[in-house]
Amino acid sequence: MDDKSPYLHPEFETLSKEDIKKLQLERLQATVKHCMNSPFYKKRFEECGLKPEDIKTLDDLRKIPFTTKQDLRDTYPFGIASVPLRQCVRLHSSSGTTGNPTVILHTQKDLDEWANQVARNLWMVGLRPDDVFQNSSGYGMFTGGLGFQYGAEKLGMLTVPAAAGNSLRQIKFIKDFGTTAIHAVPSYVTRLYEVMQEQGVDPRRDTKLKVLAIGAEPHSEEQRKRIENMMGVKAYNSFGMSEMCGPGVGFECKEQNGLHFWEDYYIVEIVDPETLEPVKEGEIGELVLTTLCREAMPLLRYRTRDLTRVLGHTCPCGRNHVRLDRMRGRSDDMMVLRGVNIFPIQIEKILMQFPELANNYLITLTTDEDNDNMTVEVELEDMFTDDYGRLLQLNKDVKRALKDEILLTPHVKLVPKGTLPVSEGKAVRVVDKRKVYQ
Amino acid sequence: MTIKQISIFIENKSGTILKVLNVLKEANIQIIASSISDTVKYGIYRIICDKPVLADKLLKENGISAITNDVFAIELDDTPGQAASAIQYFAEAGINISYMYSFLVGNKGILIMRTDDTEKTQEIIKLKKLKSYDLA
Repeated sequence: MDDKSPYLHPEFETLSKEDIKKLQLERLQATVKHCMNSPFYKKRFEECGLKPEDIKTLDDLRKIPFTTKQDLRDTYPFGIASVPLRQCVRLHSSSGTTGNPTVILHTQKDLDEWANQVARNLWMVGLRPDDVFQNSSGYGMFTGGLGFQYGAEKLGMLTVPAAAGNSLRQIKFIKDFGTTAIHAVPSYVTRLYEVMQEQGVDPRRDTKLKVLAIGAEPHSEEQRKRIENMMGVKAYNSFGMSEMCGPGVGFECKEQNGLHFWEDYYIVEIVDPETLEPVKEGEIGELVLTTLCREAMPLLRYRTRDLTRVLGHTCPCGRNHVRLDRMRGRSDDMMVLRGVNIFPIQIEKILMQFPELANNYLITLTTDEDNDNMTVEVELEDMFTDDYGRLLQLNKDVKRALKDEILLTPHVKLVPKGTLPVSEGKAVRVVDKRKVYQ
Repeated sequence: MTIKQISIFIENKSGTILKVLNVLKEANIQIIASSISDTVKYGIYRIICDKPVLADKLLKENGISAITNDVFAIELDDTPGQAASAIQYFAEAGINISYMYSFLVGNKGILIMRTDDTEKTQEIIKLKKLKSYDLA
């Protein structure tokens, strides 16, 4: 591709809305047909008397039942796959802390397509093969690592798998390798900037940075602007989820007016999480995605639980792929903290293992000096000691057990019984005081 | 040799001590001594009173987290240096004192304490013929 072209895949990126729809129907029909190789989907279609031939228009998509995270758990590990395992070359998995893990399989073609999406995004925000891309994101099962790695390589950039952490080394890399682009969760960019300041490094003066890709953690527009002001470069919002592949699903263009979701790869629906009916255009609802190019594990009408809204279908950048607002919350009680997905039930499970603790607890999320923190207050069942040291030890034990479960260290506070608020009916377990969803 | 002490888990918040005191007041329970440690995370309010069993029951009925323990209560003459000589015995025996507070009853000084080795402490008290304080 010519470096001057604003599009890496002009044949797909600049499709008209009508052509996008034509392509989507074609790909949807092929996907549904392919899904009949999946024991899960075959059974599900039989149960509701649906045949692949019944999908004649895009509207017929709504005849297909939703797929949920629970379905992925129930079919753990390989029950949804639409190809034999021998065709799969990669597996990603969620931590599975709230039940069975979810497993996502990829064929070689899936990996190639995933890399194509990430490469398209990075090209879209101005990155070219001359650039040096430092991926300061967790590797391993977390798809932000390998996802951006392969995408950045696909584009042709020199790609540095710096992974998360060790800020001093990160900064050394940025300076020594002439890093021009970084991908990281927003709170880590803030952390990097703090360390740069301590080291007397001015990102504007001492680095060649020109682009930041941030995602995997809810953040507000104000947070983004602050990051841009700190680092002196544009920060583009990235959306991904392992169920769809990982990063790459949606990305902002240079206009920064919402995330383009790639409609040659996905069908986007926004539904009311209660009625599951489509919301009116522009209203907030739950994002539902159907994959159109997946081989190993196509997913039909997957409920992401993320809340967002359609901002528009056209864009001055020339792409007619739907623009979605930044994620505005969740339709379940999942919390996203520093890139880690956490459900209150995980916290509860750990707290219940301590006989000294009562049932009532409260999780408070705060942003302190740009870092997201979690405080878990829990009531003491009964006073079990007259010894301050033993209270501190309990506090420490609870903290460690929580850390082993959620991979983050929360603040833990023991409180006397009956002091936490109990609301009528369902107890309030989570108070999110972070300024992320505004 | 030991005496009942009630330890109450309190939050660092105004009004929490008052709630405890009101429960005791209404039952006409007299506090003989009390102590609060000013620690960072939690407060423990320790009370010696004239009706420890009733006090424990009432506090728990009122939703207050409390526990009753036996702590050592040593009676000393109210003259300078008495505490030092008593504590020296424990120090020499390598016993650690977890917490300690004292008060006066008449012309006697009472030392309330908890150690990391109850058995050894008992031995020392017997061996050195330290006088124990009893509520009755």
